[in-house]
Amino acid sequence: MKIIVCVKQVPDTKDVRLDPETNTLAREGVQSIMNPYDQHALEEAVRLKEQLGGEVTVLSMGPPQAVEVLRQAISCGADHGVLVSDRSFAGADTWATSYTLAKAIHKIGGFDLILCGKQAIDGDTAQVGPGLAMQLEIPFVTCVQKVREANDHELVMERMMDDGYDVVAVSYPALLTVVKDLNVPRIPSLKGKMKAKKIEFTVLSAADIGADSACIGLAGSPTQVVNVFPPPPRAGRAILNGTIDEQIEQLVEKLAVYL
Amino acid sequence: MDYFLSEEQNMIVEIAKQITDERIIPQRAELDEKDEFPREILKSMAQADLFAVPIPEEYGGLGGGCFNIVLALEQLGRGCIGIGTAFAASALGVYPIIIAGSDELKEKYLTSVASGEKFAAFGLTEANAGSDASGIQTTAVLDGDEWVLNGTKQWITNGGEAQIYTVVAITDRKKGARGASIFVVEEGDAGFTCGPKEKKMGIRASSTTELIFKDCRIPKNRIIGRPGTGFITVMKTLDSSRPGIAALGLGIGQACIDEATTYAKQRVQFGKPIISFQAVQHMLADMAIQLEASRALVYSAARHIDAHPKDMSKVSSMCKVMATDMAMKVSIDAVQVMGGYGYMREYPVEKMMRDAKILQIYEGTNQVQRNVIGQELNKEYSR
Repeated sequence: MKIIVCVKQVPDTKDVRLDPETNTLAREGVQSIMNPYDQHALEEAVRLKEQLGGEVTVLSMGPPQAVEVLRQAISCGADHGVLVSDRSFAGADTWATSYTLAKAIHKIGGFDLILCGKQAIDGDTAQVGPGLAMQLEIPFVTCVQKVREANDHELVMERMMDDGYDVVAVSYPALLTVVKDLNVPRIPSLKGKMKAKKIEFTVLSAADIGADSACIGLAGSPTQVVNVFPPPPRAGRAILNGTIDEQIEQLVEKLAVYL
Repeated sequence: MDYFLSEEQNMIVEIAKQITDERIIPQRAELDEKDEFPREILKSMAQADLFAVPIPEEYGGLGGGCFNIVLALEQLGRGCIGIGTAFAASALGVYPIIIAGSDELKEKYLTSVASGEKFAAFGLTEANAGSDASGIQTTAVLDGDEWVLNGTKQWITNGGEAQIYTVVAITDRKKGARGASIFVVEEGDAGFTCGPKEKKMGIRASSTTELIFKDCRIPKNRIIGRPGTGFITVMKTLDSSRPGIAALGLGIGQACIDEATTYAKQRVQFGKPIISFQAVQHMLADMAIQLEASRALVYSAARHIDAHPKDMSKVSSMCKVMATDMAMKVSIDAVQVMGGYGYMREYPVEKMMRDAKILQIYEGTNQVQRNVIGQELNKEYSR
């Protein structure tokens, strides 16, 4: 089983600021982490490898320092890491990112399964996983909360829905996006950390993956961020005090106005 | 203080710290309350390769090293020494195999412990053989191609949870201490059972049971070393493992200072945080002095043992006594600094104080350690 896990380096959400000029996230001086959903995707990939054999490759698109998340992935059980990095990728929206990742995956070669986090905690779009599947023309299952059964020809899993879950089976090749209920990511291992310290990662440029320059980066992005702003605080909130009876009385008075 | 750790040692600390902070600390109170064995946490420790630390590289381990184990146990001890004890006792269980086992036994057992697939326990203590190991009643008799074990071990850590047990039994009663041998008994061997879990004051996440042998027959090749060498191997085993117990003491000491200092900065009495009162400051200062002095001794002893494995008895005993007496004292003082809150189960220091006591008792009481140190001094000055 050959599994590719897409991971993203994101700013730790405990410390997020916006660049007022570009309306994008200011990444300088902010602690970076592996997107938490991606950690669950990686954990499931490593578990599937342990169960079915094969190898796990982690793939990230980002600036050169994004190799740190690849290193973390290696220390948690991934076998290989590939970084797609090129100045011309900067400013990519979800479509351009999906396109770029698809090109990189074609370059890496054969796979049975691609795992992605449901969404990244910086952009919060949840579009790249499905977009990537469309680019690769393979089936996808989003919001996987549990893998019930895995074997060499199919996966049976639970897809989280608003009011319960669906049980879905998919044959390979396929792409899954996962939610946090799926598993508890492992703590890095000592042997993994030692391996991660020494490993050299493959770095692919736009030219290496044969990307069409009209489809990448800001220029290749159909969506543009026009404005980013904090939502205005909700006005007119009131907190009622007193005993329950007193509060009910106050509430009835307030509601009576609308009758 | 900077103890100039190597890159590998820093990795061990980082990983053990992460397990402690993310897995042990959130669960320790519940495991203590329910007397529950930490299977899931041990699994995550195995996944992180911590069980491989004491095992030689040729058997899938990370090369052993007293100092490496000490660093891991100090972190685990900061979280919960019940869980730390379960981990340490597995290492203790395989030390006899590492020290004196045949290649065949090493291959069979060490690899599965290094991978975290199995874990171990050490069976020495009996009802009438604690500090005086020569009082052992359990016997092993060779019958054809099998050893037949009879007897009962008491207070065995990881009893009922381990898959591999190293057990001390008398093979020749006439020879006294020189008639003891060590055997590997596996979970499921016919004639071997574990008693019910003991109810303890502290380290309640760890499992402590009797090991009961009734005509337990095991293959002839399960003896560790030659017959009669058991007592020497036991002494070497305990010399190797004691700095780990000292490290658990360092962990408790650090946790107590962390808790007591944080509390003293927040708790306001007479209009000020209590840390501004000299009476409290001096208690915290004394705790910090004792902890750092103990840490310096434990680390130095561990480094000495790694460099001079044949000369470990005295330093091993010295660091065990100092760090575990410190843990007891510092945990009592932490409860005192925190007053009524310290005595309540909502705060972690009452558990630390209950837990700390065992450190002065197990793996050789601190009185026995002082005997060892005294005898070594006597020897040194007789030359």
